[in-house]
Amino acid sequence: MTSPAERGLRESATFDRATIAGIQHAAEHGVYDIRGWGAKRAVPHFDDLLFLGASMSRYPLEGYRERCDTDVVLGDRHAQQPLHLATPVTIAGMSFGALSAQAKESLGRGASEVGTSTTTGDGGMTEEERGHSKTLVYQILPSRYGMNPDHLRAADAIEVVLGQGAKPGGGGMLLGQKISERVAEMRTLPAGIDQRSACRHPDWTGPDDLAIKILELREITDWQKPIYVKVGATRTYYDVKLAVAVGADVIVVDGMQGGTAATQEVFIENVGIPTLAAIPQAVQALSELGMHRKVQLIVSGGVRTGADVAKAMALGADAVAIGTGALVALGDNHPRYAAEYEKIGSAAGFYDDFQDGRDPAGITTQDPELAARLDPVEGGRRIANYLRVLTLEAQTIARACGKAHLQHLEPEDLVALTIEASAMARVPLAGTDWIPGRSGF
Amino acid sequence: MAALRKSPETEADGGSTTLGEEARVIDLASSSVRELNAELHSPTARRYRVLSPRGTHAVAVGIDDDLDVHVEGDVGYYCGGMNQRGRIVVDGMAGPGLGENMMSGSIRVRGDASQSAGATARGGLLVVEGKTSMRCGISMKGVDIVVGGDVGPMSAFMAQAGRLVVCGDAADGLGDSIYEARIYVRGKVGELGADCIEKELRDEHRAELVELLTAAGMTDVAEDAGALGEFRRYGSARTLYHFTSEHAGSY
Repeated sequence: MTSPAERGLRESATFDRATIAGIQHAAEHGVYDIRGWGAKRAVPHFDDLLFLGASMSRYPLEGYRERCDTDVVLGDRHAQQPLHLATPVTIAGMSFGALSAQAKESLGRGASEVGTSTTTGDGGMTEEERGHSKTLVYQILPSRYGMNPDHLRAADAIEVVLGQGAKPGGGGMLLGQKISERVAEMRTLPAGIDQRSACRHPDWTGPDDLAIKILELREITDWQKPIYVKVGATRTYYDVKLAVAVGADVIVVDGMQGGTAATQEVFIENVGIPTLAAIPQAVQALSELGMHRKVQLIVSGGVRTGADVAKAMALGADAVAIGTGALVALGDNHPRYAAEYEKIGSAAGFYDDFQDGRDPAGITTQDPELAARLDPVEGGRRIANYLRVLTLEAQTIARACGKAHLQHLEPEDLVALTIEASAMARVPLAGTDWIPGRSGF
Repeated sequence: MAALRKSPETEADGGSTTLGEEARVIDLASSSVRELNAELHSPTARRYRVLSPRGTHAVAVGIDDDLDVHVEGDVGYYCGGMNQRGRIVVDGMAGPGLGENMMSGSIRVRGDASQSAGATARGGLLVVEGKTSMRCGISMKGVDIVVGGDVGPMSAFMAQAGRLVVCGDAADGLGDSIYEARIYVRGKVGELGADCIEKELRDEHRAELVELLTAAGMTDVAEDAGALGEFRRYGSARTLYHFTSEHAGSY
């Protein structure tokens, strides 16, 4: 059968098929679409950057012999016990509730095997997660679901979450089908109801308050633990300056491609800025304050490969965090589930209904039968493999650029393929010395 | 910690189970709040007097022990934050976030408290003898809060569990988006928040109210049938438990 295009039919760029489906969904159900994953629209990204490998004017390192270190220290500004990770690729915050206990355990096992950290989410800390994560970052979110000082003291670092890239300025909604008895108990809510997460913290409002809140957290934990502040990427330059001012040890900036377990489609696709645009703003803010590398910057949102890791670090990040990539490594959207994805109205490679708890891969679900499909030991192995590959890939690029440590990568190693990426990343368009808005017309 | 010293004085405070023991004195005019909290986290005494708090933030936070702490003056933000088992009395006013995320134990403020008192607290008893500002009991998750005076707007916002007793008035937005917490108010109530409704106050609720007032030391109210009869009960209509755009006006 010939395709519509082959028959000369023309699809509207304005009312394309996804838009038409969205309108019809709204008209039929009277609710907006809530889904998981991050922004799906095309935005300037790491793909639009290239590295300038060494040649005559730069000296490369030998690929399989010469060292290229990857370790990173996070949180040594104020904390007495900063983290020392073997790789700068960390696991982003994802809640038990959004993810199955098996998925959380898998992340912990994999991250611990390669010497990096995992992060809790909106719903508290589970025994599986603490038990299997050598280094665990405990999130403090507006809802404070499951918030517990014992967990605060048991954590290796504390992350105050102001927002995330998928929905800066938004709270959350974990739909009732994922509120199992255990999830409900951890969150002090009735089982089965749609659970709303606030978008603002209950006990502080602006940065002046947050500075005091951070003081309180430091006092409770006797100044031992690094305190991160996480923001969704929007006014990143100002947010990062304020995060430094309130006393953060580490700042996490999550771009709009960063994932979510359940957010309105309209929010995911229309609020926030691309990761690529956020990093130089953050680095500029840190540099102007003399805090670059002193307050560490973790970047997340669309990190998939070691090239992305290397590019984020070349732009000035100290580390990155992966979320969606880690779920894919666990088997999310795997073709082996193609038939089951079709049954629930999706397809392998397109599945984003993390909110509805019917994940065939057993990752974003609280259904015991589905969750049992994910073996945490095998899941841990896959995460460890993926993290090792990301690290090795980043090292490969860094050596080619003559760098003996991933942190030695610098903007000078990069060029952009498009004018947009060049303007956002503030590196020259390939083959030129032109950076739009920076170096004349 | 030079400012730590033994006090020969006898505590004049209620709620203590260790009356008669000497209280260790920490004067925040000469000791830092960091020294105070470090001492309370590895206590060398069971009873403490904290002098000259002068609005200091994070006083007596993160206690995880069976301690009596008597703060003699006004405190800033987050006094008693995340308290576990500690019995804290503030002879003065308290700033925002009093007893935030308290797990157990008790906190009593003799004066007024600022906004977000008892925010997200999961257990224990929080008593404010005066009044509180807005968002008292915001996102409370199991704590009992008894306020002698009025509470400000948006109190018990998204309150999940626990009980809030207000002996004065409650301003607009009481119980907005409330889940399963129960609210008792003796005085006037402004416009109720979304999904919060008045509910019948039955005998079991009256008994609960008496229990809470008694625990808070407000026996004059607890033993006054007329006063008890003025309380009304509020809770969730549970219409927002399942999201639908037909409730768009409530969001």
